[in-house]
Amino acid sequence: MLQIKNLSKTYDGGVQALKDVSFDVPKGEFLAVIGLSGSGKSTLLRCINRLIEPTSGQILWNGESITAASPEEMRRIRRRIGMVFQHFNLVHRSKVLTNVLAGRLGYVNPAWSLLNRFPRADMEKAMAQLERVGIADKSGQRADALSGGQQQRVGIARALMQDPEIILADEPVASLDPVLAHSIMKHLEDINKQDGVTVLCSLHFLDLVHRYADRVIALNEGMVVFEGLPSEIDDQKFKDIYGREAERVG
Amino acid sequence: MKKTKASPWKSIQLGLAILVVMVTYAYGFEITNIDLGELQSERRQESLTRVLRTLAHPDILEYEQSTVIFNAPIYMPCPADGSSPDIPEPDTTQPYVVVTPACVEPGGTVLVEGFGFAPFVGGPLRFVPGSDPTNSVSLGRATLETDASGHFSVEMVLPDDRDSPDVQFIRATARENVGAPYFSRTAHETWDKIIETVFMALLATTVGTILAFPISFIAARNLMKPVRAPLASIALSLLGWPVGIWLGYQLVHWVGLQGAPFARNLVFAAGSVILVPVFLTFALRWALPQVELQVPSRELRLARLGVVILSLMVLFFGLFELAGLMSLLGARIIDSERVYSFMGTLLYQCGEILRLITPLLGALAGGGWVSSLFGRFGQRMAERLAAGLMKSINIVLAAAAGATVFVLIGLLVEWLYQLGRPELTLYWPAASGAGLGMIIALIARPKDSLPSGMVIYYVTRTILNALRSVEALVMAIVFVISVGIGPFAGILALGLHTIVSLGKLYSEQVESIMDGPLEAIQATGANRLQTIVYAVIPQIIPPFISYTMYRWDINVRMSTIIGFVGGGGIGFLLLQNINLLNYRAASTQMLAIAVVVAMMDYVSSVLRERTV
Repeated sequence: MLQIKNLSKTYDGGVQALKDVSFDVPKGEFLAVIGLSGSGKSTLLRCINRLIEPTSGQILWNGESITAASPEEMRRIRRRIGMVFQHFNLVHRSKVLTNVLAGRLGYVNPAWSLLNRFPRADMEKAMAQLERVGIADKSGQRADALSGGQQQRVGIARALMQDPEIILADEPVASLDPVLAHSIMKHLEDINKQDGVTVLCSLHFLDLVHRYADRVIALNEGMVVFEGLPSEIDDQKFKDIYGREAERVG
Repeated sequence: MKKTKASPWKSIQLGLAILVVMVTYAYGFEITNIDLGELQSERRQESLTRVLRTLAHPDILEYEQSTVIFNAPIYMPCPADGSSPDIPEPDTTQPYVVVTPACVEPGGTVLVEGFGFAPFVGGPLRFVPGSDPTNSVSLGRATLETDASGHFSVEMVLPDDRDSPDVQFIRATARENVGAPYFSRTAHETWDKIIETVFMALLATTVGTILAFPISFIAARNLMKPVRAPLASIALSLLGWPVGIWLGYQLVHWVGLQGAPFARNLVFAAGSVILVPVFLTFALRWALPQVELQVPSRELRLARLGVVILSLMVLFFGLFELAGLMSLLGARIIDSERVYSFMGTLLYQCGEILRLITPLLGALAGGGWVSSLFGRFGQRMAERLAAGLMKSINIVLAAAAGATVFVLIGLLVEWLYQLGRPELTLYWPAASGAGLGMIIALIARPKDSLPSGMVIYYVTRTILNALRSVEALVMAIVFVISVGIGPFAGILALGLHTIVSLGKLYSEQVESIMDGPLEAIQATGANRLQTIVYAVIPQIIPPFISYTMYRWDINVRMSTIIGFVGGGGIGFLLLQNINLLNYRAASTQMLAIAVVVAMMDYVSSVLRERTV
């Protein structure tokens, strides 16, 4: 159970990205976060694992406060929160396998990992995850040799290496074509349904929201303007979320 | 686009600007002594031609030479009675020289013709004053060059102040190359020195790269900006450095003393060099488990800490033994006096260097460790203690840390300037440092994180920039004074300059990496070092290689002139020969520099293409 309470974030330049955002995510839910570009979706997701330091408010995870955690506690918290990015964020010059193994960095002893030593079990696990997303044959290639869809699968495999309880997916399919988008979303759905991993996923396309999400949160200018089931988004709600001039395309 | 209106003010501005530019350039011309007339003067052009021609004949190859000398008689002035002087018939079976006319007035011109010399030989053609043909004094600058039939003819102007009633001579010297060419002494010297130069550059670049690498991370804004810590943590880690350095040095020094008797024995040294890694492997396997899912108990953590400290001491013991082993083996190889005995010198020197730097490594490791331990303790305190209590703790700690830092700076000043006034270098710094620390502690909220990373960043940047603005040549002068004339001073100067300039270049590369992977690795729970190793280093390897190559290039070029101030390498030879007006030798050295630099350029571009 993830609880967000009165979360606000003001950037150094004075831009207020999140205003008093509160919501709960029950365990095992697939929650979609929608909203215009710049509405605070990315900031919200990054505040949850504190890649961005929130200005005020509280984030509780299974009763433990993420916002008050010390750097050492944060390491233990982060390793159970996987993250998938719009631009995949792989280390281009490293091998695919190394990129996937990087998901274990929060678990392994820092001293050994600096020498690029990973336990045998982790190596096997990494191969198994690559198998699961269907690119085991690419494990020895450099990450930048892969296509966009393949890179995102590596990103998912990396997140899976963390044995996550939550996966934060920041527009995971925004840089992919519709066919690839569905295949990536299916992987996330599979992880959500089979492994019981909670998924917070920001999305642009409403058809993807309808197809995959259990519940939707909509942000506009940093505030929650809608919270409910995907089917509840009618034309009126749509205009509230996206503005008067917006027109539905999907 | 908006059209600007032409106003008189605009025109005046433009006129003024042009005037300022003209005055600037005129002044520049004036103070740089630009004198085109000098370029055109015949005397200057002549010397330029001469220098260029000499430079075009580098002194590389030499031949054995056979010399043919013929002294042809000449009368200057002609006999007063008007009779024609008595010139003996030359022996036409040998090379001979005919001067026409046989007598001239002083300062006159004669035609000197030679016959029967070897084809295509040359040499000086000189006027020999006095009536002795073996006189070593000879005047003039004329040269002869024979054609295919061994004949030459040169018009020669005689000096106008050497009149004599007796016979004088014109000496023709023809030098012929005999046998195969061989390398001249200059060529050999140049070869030796250019090799020295290249290796100076290699060593300086290696040392510089190794040290610039870690520095570049703490001089990178994007890595340092997120580094924040509460005041107590910062103050404690500052205090931890001197304490840790002292402790580490003492401990490692003690280990060294214990290990010294063993290090002198080949068997013991070799044995420990083998056993230490084995011990370390097992000890660290236990003390640093690969994966830890639960938070370990306090007792276990203490036991592990003990084992790690023990392992570190064993490691330093091993380093001392390794140093001893290298020195011993090196000395043996040197004594064997084989072709490979220079490898022994390397081994011996490396052993000595290792023995010297091991205590320093210990001091650094101790400093870093104690500092981070103290820092973590400070962090814990800031997290757990009440704000009011924390405030008073902060005041005490910040005052102590400030005083320590300022006193250390004061001690440095005292050492540099030898003021001998403790109130200036000890008491005042201590008081002002403590005061500053207290002020910061009073202003800052007790639990706030302060941007310690940015402070380190600015300090590092300032030091780098200050050192970088000192040319390597100037640094070389300092090092020549401190370690004596020779390539070692050059290596130190080039190495230091390499560290600071690469440190800046590298750190700029670190600043320009993509943020995405950094963010992704952080999100997995990786700590700061892991993030650097897994997200930063893979991204910066290509630019690092190319900058290192570039620097190696610069160092080769720099090392060619660092000898000007006594820093070793080819520069010393070049300067010497220029000062001795020995342009042919200087030309050889310039040629060598050009060839080496061009080759470096080519090699580095090929390597860059391969690796990047």
